Amino acid sequence: MTTTTAPLADAPPDPAPVPAALKRAARRRRSVPYLLLLAGVAWLLVFFVAPMVYQASTSVQTGSLDTGFKVTWHFATYWNALTEYWPHFVRSLVYSGIATVLCLAIGYPLAYTIAFRAGRWRNLLLILVIAPFFTSFLIRTLAWETILADQSPVVSFLNRVHLLDVTTWLGVTEGHRVMATPLAVVCGLTYNFLPFMILPLYTSLERVDGRLHEAAGDLYATPFTTFRKVTFPLSMPGVVAGTLLTFIPASGDYINAELLGSTNQKMIGNVIQSQFLRVLDYPTAAALSFILMAVILAIVTLYIRKAGTEELV
Amino acid sequence: MRPIRWLRKNLVVIAGVLALAYLILPNVVVLVFSFNKPKGRFNYTWDHFSTDAWQHPCGVADMCGSLTLSLKIAVYATIGATILGTLTAFALARYRFRGRAATNMLIFLPMAMPEVVMGASLGTLFLNMRIQFGFWTILIAHIMFCLSFVVTAVKARVMSMDPRLEQAAQDLYATPLQTFLRITLPLAAPGIAAGALLSFALSFDDYIITSFNAGNTVTFPMFVWGSAQRGTPVQVNVIGTAMFAIAVVLVLAGQLAGSRRKAKA
Repeated sequence: MTTTTAPLADAPPDPAPVPAALKRAARRRRSVPYLLLLAGVAWLLVFFVAPMVYQASTSVQTGSLDTGFKVTWHFATYWNALTEYWPHFVRSLVYSGIATVLCLAIGYPLAYTIAFRAGRWRNLLLILVIAPFFTSFLIRTLAWETILADQSPVVSFLNRVHLLDVTTWLGVTEGHRVMATPLAVVCGLTYNFLPFMILPLYTSLERVDGRLHEAAGDLYATPFTTFRKVTFPLSMPGVVAGTLLTFIPASGDYINAELLGSTNQKMIGNVIQSQFLRVLDYPTAAALSFILMAVILAIVTLYIRKAGTEELV
Repeated sequence: MRPIRWLRKNLVVIAGVLALAYLILPNVVVLVFSFNKPKGRFNYTWDHFSTDAWQHPCGVADMCGSLTLSLKIAVYATIGATILGTLTAFALARYRFRGRAATNMLIFLPMAMPEVVMGASLGTLFLNMRIQFGFWTILIAHIMFCLSFVVTAVKARVMSMDPRLEQAAQDLYATPLQTFLRITLPLAAPGIAAGALLSFALSFDDYIITSFNAGNTVTFPMFVWGSAQRGTPVQVNVIGTAMFAIAVVLVLAGQLAGSRRKAKA
């Protein structure tokens, strides 16, 4: 689409238009996209980009709330933040990485079912995937506290079949409880971001032509081969979008670690939040979130380049 | 060997249903525990059935006030983000201009940024500008993070529209305004509606960014967060269940209206 689709009525009514008027009309037409953009882009520049830049400067400031903060190019803040909180960074990336893989493993069959096997139940299933969104995610995360409580049916069952002994041996639970363990936090993260995985997967699976499956079958491909060679490659854009939409928010999340974990499961989000809102150490909070942002952007860029999808941007 | 073959054929569906159960389970718990009458302050273990909370949904101090505030912010944020986002989306979908790629990047970045980072950085800015935290700072933040989602939804819709329909309208002597109001806008409406709906849901539910920009103002998610430390009242489950039910009914009604319109056409 080009600018030539601009309304004809913009042209002057004069049958022999003077070049000056034409030029003015052309200039006006060229300024149209900028006028449309103005408010939205200004909003993002002032309230998204400027804070990021400002935060970069805050991270090299020193001072206190009483005496005020000054830019002193105090890069040691970064060094101190990293040496003190690197376990939280690693934990965040590991937890959100595992949660992303689990989301893909759990979400793919559901997206596949909705796209190919649901028939007239398709819309109902889609609504059921989206509807939990409308109950505040904090309330739903609190519900997990009930589900995973020590005496709950789920945990009693897991104890009876000795599954918790296995997970304890693996080091993701402790004793006979699930609450306040890595398992609970990863379970909460997986749950919270699962719809963000399912919806893009569904969108790309829905576009896959069902006749391709038949063709693969006609060529003696087993159902599994059909999936591996036809369906899965065609759903790659959904896989890439879904994993990004899951991994990015999960890595910065602190709600699940706070509500379902103990002090041993704190993620980097918890640290940033408490540095900002409780300790009031703004330079450290700024440095930590700057590092987090850089790490995420690096991972996302590498991943997109590797997966080769630029449809996102 | 029959059952095994059946199992193999339907393995995907079984896994899908289990995944759906995982998604719905917390909502079922929220529903069930909205009828609980807990013994202590914590509504985690079942005691006995009661409809008290449903009869007095506002029986908890400050809860309904925070709910009204959240609804108000969500409505304003939706209106703001939808207007700004729709204009931006039209510019990006309809025109080629210098800076288009940069603008696309600018729209994409907020969606690729952890909320903690956005919340903390905006909070730092407000703090240093000595801007009073409260209603307006929350609203500004919400419009900021909803904007990109509106742009993405509307842009996708406008890009898939047939430009010949608008050309046809102009050929039939429609003025630019008429063309826009009677052809372009109705065609783009589903995208705009999707963006607005998403904005409302995102704004209403946001906790992380809000917590950095709210000061002493308490929105509904912040109320829930605060109450989680000292025992969540049963009424929170009532609100959660009611929101779930309203959303499902609205979506079903929308679908019904849509299919009826399609049947008529």
